[in-house]
Amino acid sequence: MSKSTNYLDQLENEAIYILRETAAQFEKPALLFSGGKDSIVLVHLALKAFSPGKLPFPLVHIDTGHNFLETIKFRDYLVNQIGERLIIGNVNDSIKKYNLKESPGRFPSRNALQTYCLLDIIHEHEFDACIGGARRDEEKARAKERIFSVRDDFGQWDPKLQRPELWNILNGKVQKGNNVRVFPISNWTELDVWNYIQKNNIELPSLYFSHDRECIVHQDKLVATSDFIVPLPNDKVIIEKVRYRTLGDMTCTAAVPSKASSIQEVINDILKNRISERGETRLDDKISEAAMEDRKRQGYF
Amino acid sequence: MKTLRFITAGNVDDGKSTLIGRLLYDSDSIHTDQLGILNTLKKREDLDIDLSLITDGLRAEREQGITIDVAYKYFSTKKRKFIIADAPGHEQYTRNMITGASNSDVIILLVDARKGITTQTKRHASIGSLMGIKKAILAINKIDLVAYSEEVFYTIKMQFESIKKSLDFDEIMYVPLSALNGDNIVSKSGKTSWYNGAPLLEILENLQITEFINKESRFQVQWVIRPKDTDYHDYRGFAGTILSGSYAVGDKVKILPGHFETIITKIEKNQQSIDLSIAGDNVVLHFNDSIDIGRGDTIVKIDDLPYSSNQINTWVSWLDHEPLQLGKVYNLQHRFKNVRVKVEKINRKWNFNDWEFSKAHKIGLNDIAQISIRTNQPLFFDAFKKNSKTGNAILIDETNFNTVGALMFLEN
Repeated sequence: MSKSTNYLDQLENEAIYILRETAAQFEKPALLFSGGKDSIVLVHLALKAFSPGKLPFPLVHIDTGHNFLETIKFRDYLVNQIGERLIIGNVNDSIKKYNLKESPGRFPSRNALQTYCLLDIIHEHEFDACIGGARRDEEKARAKERIFSVRDDFGQWDPKLQRPELWNILNGKVQKGNNVRVFPISNWTELDVWNYIQKNNIELPSLYFSHDRECIVHQDKLVATSDFIVPLPNDKVIIEKVRYRTLGDMTCTAAVPSKASSIQEVINDILKNRISERGETRLDDKISEAAMEDRKRQGYF
Repeated sequence: MKTLRFITAGNVDDGKSTLIGRLLYDSDSIHTDQLGILNTLKKREDLDIDLSLITDGLRAEREQGITIDVAYKYFSTKKRKFIIADAPGHEQYTRNMITGASNSDVIILLVDARKGITTQTKRHASIGSLMGIKKAILAINKIDLVAYSEEVFYTIKMQFESIKKSLDFDEIMYVPLSALNGDNIVSKSGKTSWYNGAPLLEILENLQITEFINKESRFQVQWVIRPKDTDYHDYRGFAGTILSGSYAVGDKVKILPGHFETIITKIEKNQQSIDLSIAGDNVVLHFNDSIDIGRGDTIVKIDDLPYSSNQINTWVSWLDHEPLQLGKVYNLQHRFKNVRVKVEKINRKWNFNDWEFSKAHKIGLNDIAQISIRTNQPLFFDAFKKNSKTGNAILIDETNFNTVGALMFLEN
């Protein structure tokens, strides 16, 4: 590719700028860490932004209880390596506390239930800013999201009442009770993230690379068998070379068939692939055209 | 090549969404499943997919068939990455266009070949120019509907040439195209053999954007790094982005507002010491003396000082539903520095449709005017026309904290 990597420097500069702005403007920020590649890149950027100082915010992981074991292991490994503070919120606790009902069906998503847990953690720790790894290219409701996105105490996003965001002057002032979601890698695409991972040689969970996995085939998608997805008599069960393009719940994240075992091979895969990240791997975004917009309105990331 | 950010100005009738859809589609930047969703949404006979539906992201926008908010779209070619600010064209959404323009290097002004330059074209051109955009591309669209006429193309070009002197663009390019058919988008159309220029995408790929390295050196402290652990007990670094110009180790600098003079002893970028840092770099600066320096302080070279004043004449673009109130205290955010400010006087209002100024007593949503403000402590700034990194600020309502105005400072 003749496109030089200085566009990656631009993206890095912008993200570091936003992270420092968050640290400077808020009393108690937190970095929402999902264990996926985007939030791993965020952590990497944050270390660059504040080094040699410590991170001015803890990492927060909202554990849905349906995570891949590899994700959790990697999370603990990374936190231990960087020596920063991790706060864990358990969706299972919220389910008990509020008697929440799981979404029905064989491939339930806890996306909606996660919001309860997140809002509780925000209240408990009085976080006024939550940094997330969402990108505008992921989904079209996200394409309209601000870098500093103001939420009320229900966590609600109102797309019509968003603050105008001019130049890169970020206004983080909010009324008591409101908080801000911060998206430092808004302007990155999936490919940018991978190019950045390659350039900086960032370690990722093994799930992102090709490995053998037992899967059932559901509507042309490969869903790994696990404690949550037990094959039924009519299921087609196969062992495939797969990798994960996104890391969500085991119950609703599909693997993609792939032999890519290095970062470069994954990048080659992405360049060839014409299906979007969420479209290829998430069983929960298909329900309606506005699924993400609706979730965000209710306080989702 | 640096990422190119551009804004497309025009409305759906001019084919704006179709143009964006075409750029994304022809550069293979639309994912096939997203096309699938579009296919189930709506089919059009003259095109397999309705490219315009790609851009509108919110339920209300799809329902009403209009763009309300700015959406950012991404695509890249082998040469370059692009970010499109897709902003609505109607006058009632001027503030959204201002927002989109503030984050753009280039403005594409979409003109319907059958209609020529309209009031809307003039409005968009003047807003783009006011917001500091230096390059404009007149995309003369629907050229197929005027039989690919060279004469129509030149008539529109001449129309715009005659008004461009009121604008502050460095470079204006004219491209005849059909977004719907793909003429002169990715490759040159055989139907406009009289056109000597490059297709739109090629122009975008090769455009050079304003470099801030050759401007006056400006740095504002964003964050003070002071690790509290024993390894770095004496470490005290001042982090921020080089806004413009460059800084080198050994430079004599002045810290404002303290007016202390000192010398840069060390520059760190990504934890490595470097000798020279240039506009756009995120760096940590270290100084010779241990002076009291905090967030928002300005660091400049001693022979190249910015304006320093608490009385400022400025453009304002009003962004809020509640009109501007004279005498009320607002918060002004000049990048990393917040001060309190009163608007003392509305000097004149700009009627962007006819490019005339008029007297005004009231400034409300979408209005653009020149005003005089007084701050509670001096600001260190440049005229926006000269330096768009240090000549701008936002106004914030101190009660609900909404961003209510965009300021572009005039010469002091």
